[in-house]
Amino acid sequence: MQETSHEAKGGRGVGASLRRKEDARLLAGRGRFIGDMRFPGQLEAAFLRSPLAHARIRAIHIPAHLEGRAFTHADMAGVKDILAKTGLPGFRVSAQPSLASGKVRFAGEPVVMVLADTRAEAEDLCEEIRVDYEELPANHDMLRAVEPGAALVHDDWPDNVFLVSQTDRSFDDAKLAQAPIKVTREVRTSRQCMSPLEGKGCVAVFERYLEQLTLWTATQMPHIVRSGLAECLDLDTRKIRVVAPDVGGGFGWKGLLQPEEVCCAWAALKLDRPVKWLEDRREHLIAAANCREHHYVMTAYAEADGTLLGLEAVAHVDAGAYSVYPFSACLEGAQVVSNLPGPYNLPAYRCRTYSVCSNKPPIVPYRGVARTGVCTAMELMIDAVAREAGLDPYDVRLRNLVRPEQMPFTSITGKDFDMGDYPESLRRAREMIGHDAVRTRQQAGEADGRRIGLGYATYCEQGAHGTSVYHGWGIPMVPGIESCGARLTPDGTLEVRIGAQSHGQSMETTMAQIACEVLGIDPGLVNVVHGDTAMTPYSTGTWGSRSAVMAGGAVASACERLAERVKKIGAHLLQAPEEAVTVRDAEVVGPNGSVTFREVAKTWYLAPQNLPADIHPDGLDLVAGYKPTVDTGTFSYASHAAVVAVEPETGEVEILDYVIVEDGGVLINPMVVDGQIYGGTAQGIGTALYEEMTYDEHGQPLASTLADYLLPGAGEMPMVRIAHMETPSPNTRFGQKGIGEGGAIAPPAALGNAINDALKGMGVELSMSPMTPRRVRMAVAAAREGAVS
Amino acid sequence: MKAARFDYLRPATVAEAAAALAGDPAAKPVAGGQSLGPMLNLRLARPSTLVDVAKLPELRRVEERADGVFYGAAITHAEFEDGVVPDPTPGFLAWIAHGIAYRAVRNRGTVGGSLVHADPAADWPTTLTALGARVVLAGPSGARELALEDFVLGAFSTALEEGEVVTGVFIPRCSAGARFGYRKSCRKVGEFAEAMCAVLSDEVRGVHRLVVGATEGRHIVVAEARDALADPSLLDDRLAQAGLAADPPTFRLHRKVIREAIAQLAAVPETESLPA
Repeated sequence: MQETSHEAKGGRGVGASLRRKEDARLLAGRGRFIGDMRFPGQLEAAFLRSPLAHARIRAIHIPAHLEGRAFTHADMAGVKDILAKTGLPGFRVSAQPSLASGKVRFAGEPVVMVLADTRAEAEDLCEEIRVDYEELPANHDMLRAVEPGAALVHDDWPDNVFLVSQTDRSFDDAKLAQAPIKVTREVRTSRQCMSPLEGKGCVAVFERYLEQLTLWTATQMPHIVRSGLAECLDLDTRKIRVVAPDVGGGFGWKGLLQPEEVCCAWAALKLDRPVKWLEDRREHLIAAANCREHHYVMTAYAEADGTLLGLEAVAHVDAGAYSVYPFSACLEGAQVVSNLPGPYNLPAYRCRTYSVCSNKPPIVPYRGVARTGVCTAMELMIDAVAREAGLDPYDVRLRNLVRPEQMPFTSITGKDFDMGDYPESLRRAREMIGHDAVRTRQQAGEADGRRIGLGYATYCEQGAHGTSVYHGWGIPMVPGIESCGARLTPDGTLEVRIGAQSHGQSMETTMAQIACEVLGIDPGLVNVVHGDTAMTPYSTGTWGSRSAVMAGGAVASACERLAERVKKIGAHLLQAPEEAVTVRDAEVVGPNGSVTFREVAKTWYLAPQNLPADIHPDGLDLVAGYKPTVDTGTFSYASHAAVVAVEPETGEVEILDYVIVEDGGVLINPMVVDGQIYGGTAQGIGTALYEEMTYDEHGQPLASTLADYLLPGAGEMPMVRIAHMETPSPNTRFGQKGIGEGGAIAPPAALGNAINDALKGMGVELSMSPMTPRRVRMAVAAAREGAVS
Repeated sequence: MKAARFDYLRPATVAEAAAALAGDPAAKPVAGGQSLGPMLNLRLARPSTLVDVAKLPELRRVEERADGVFYGAAITHAEFEDGVVPDPTPGFLAWIAHGIAYRAVRNRGTVGGSLVHADPAADWPTTLTALGARVVLAGPSGARELALEDFVLGAFSTALEEGEVVTGVFIPRCSAGARFGYRKSCRKVGEFAEAMCAVLSDEVRGVHRLVVGATEGRHIVVAEARDALADPSLLDDRLAQAGLAADPPTFRLHRKVIREAIAQLAAVPETESLPA
């Protein structure tokens, strides 16, 4: 860690709210996304998808004239199934065929790939194909899917459970039975769909001149897709190049190898023609980016003053039909176990989580991963304890949060909290939201009959966790040392090449700011190259709130190494000893003058006769690596506070105020961090109030358009007020911490608690997200009828 | 999600459009396409031919009369919202239009399209029924005019006959002191309503109308609503008959929305109830 000095870099280094470089093209609509790409001779794919959630395929009837244009699993002989195993004991392996084989396991599973000159024609041809199915009972409810006698999703499994994860720490039943307060709650979070602005899409092109397959694809992790694809197609990795062009948001959905990508790549090789697939919104909703569905039964034990004594939980996560590559079907379930205690001092804990296999699309890690569900469950529980104890939930929260003097702190599940003052974030949130004034307003009542509620939620967010955390999972990827390529070009401008991928995170700006911080170079003269396996060093990519820490650290390392090489040439040109020169503002500065990067680069590339004899032969183009001093992750944290007005008769909820006090350590670009928080919060509000992918008893998805699947829009976003506590991480290059997911974690908890606070006097307590007007109305009506009877 | 193959026709006159529609039962008229477009892409609607009526001069006509204004069916929501067409009410139409879906929808969506689509949860059918609007139709057997509540027969069902097109809607002039209340409960801005009620109180003309939308079938229309405005519980039987009292939460929702619509008649000073 070192002090930052952005003032010294002309307000352009670490800590500066520099405007986004990428916006010049993106705001003008001049980005290049998969949808913008068209190659000569290109075919477009449409997938005939299963109309049933669970069925045996008896026959597929393809008219003769579709020969060479329609392909089934049988045609793709030799292509391997997508396998995402884990090393966790007891994990059951599901093989995901790229096109359904023998059985379909969710409605929307691809069965036949059809190629035509245009997508519309391909969809026309799909209508000519008939598939005979023998329908099987569908597992639409994870709680029933684990019961004996449930139809098996995978015929060779004994039941429908991918994995049972559990822990039992200091849990003494006899002792806890004596606890003055014991509250039990059932909490459920809906299945959601990630819904980035741009859906998934890819174009596979065989480049004869390179003897290489190029897969242009909307991905967050091109190197991992390359590895997975090579495995499925049984090709040498060198035969595949993966390029992510402009990518319009990912949130986890673009962090996996898709069956459609495998199909397009296979077809491009087979037909020697470019093959493109562009996911449409219907495919996205019904067949793909599903996430988040959790169920909890929890009992909390506490002292009369609200001090937590223990927590016991049984959780179910609906992981869908297959284990996704590379994160597996268990990232959510297993992380529920390790993250449920949150930022609290918890002396006793017992938790068992079932990662359930169902006849729904595979669950995919979504921004916040397990944390959003976990935070919702735990924070609703804290409020339930407070209600039981007759205390203000704020006080109970404050009483139990890990305190600054306990840091660094190892949680009951072995999480190493690096630093921070969690209670202070809550205190500041209380101040900003005007706690006392809200309580006074609640007492006074509203003229329009609405009820005011105040809710809090506090969480900590493990980000950039590395080798020591991930090797234990045994999934197909383990993040290690992050690399960055740095190259001074002949005119003295800079290219930095990172294996992470920027799809909205502003890395073209923030990574340039880091280069500026180290070298003093104008960020406008720095090209941040990312997304292309041919041009960037290997990386697991962008996920897990890791890029500012990992890629940012790697950029700093590479720039420092480059500075050493530049200094040597510069010192020679200045006729000064190397120890006497420094790098500042893109110049090598010596006792008697300075020489610009441009002159240094020109000498290396174009006038080598002027170089010293002992020059480093590797020149001004290098790769350097980085890993934090402790790689178990940074722990950013935040307290959210919300004030809502609830109309009990209509169930409408209006967010009157929303504040966030966040500690992301040193902020590389505070404006970008705020943008990340706003965006995450919008998604969290969607989780809290709007988004729900429901299924009927046959496993049919009931929200196949955005008229049924409601996303929050501009009209639903409150003016979120953000305050920062910038406590540097002791373990990272600049003291930065991962914050990418945080905004999406706490809103369902803060808003849920606020709604329950509003309706407290009516005896209403909701515990299912999203808290829709209908759910609020139902709960109010039920409470009223209960009061009448 | 690409539409199935269809032909596209852009006739020059209403007569040509009506003839094209009469000659092919599988043909469909299209104006703004804000409901039909998604249905085409989902392949739920598969017309043989789309007959584009959006630019027909007769459907773009606006005629101001002493007793009201006639609007061609292809006048867009945005044109009402922006006040580029005259308004025979003290600003109600621009206010209603402003609340329809999203601006992108309002730019293309038309008043005639909304009435023909006859979604009980849409804004125009409910509010224009409250304002006593009349629908003007043209077809092979000539022109005719129907009160809006007689035109809409149920959810997505109208009195439109084979080969007929809606040419426009006539909205009666309100007195300057007329009051209008409109409340809808939507899950989010721009979504279709789960409950809605529009009320008109025009003392000078002696007109008091109340319309409940977001029903399962026809709107609940109370043409002589003076008593109901004073005591909304008189409507409870009508709500029950319409199936809106099936469960207590739904009943409470509709009751509340009706009361809030009525409350708007009195609660807000007139100048503030109108858009700026």
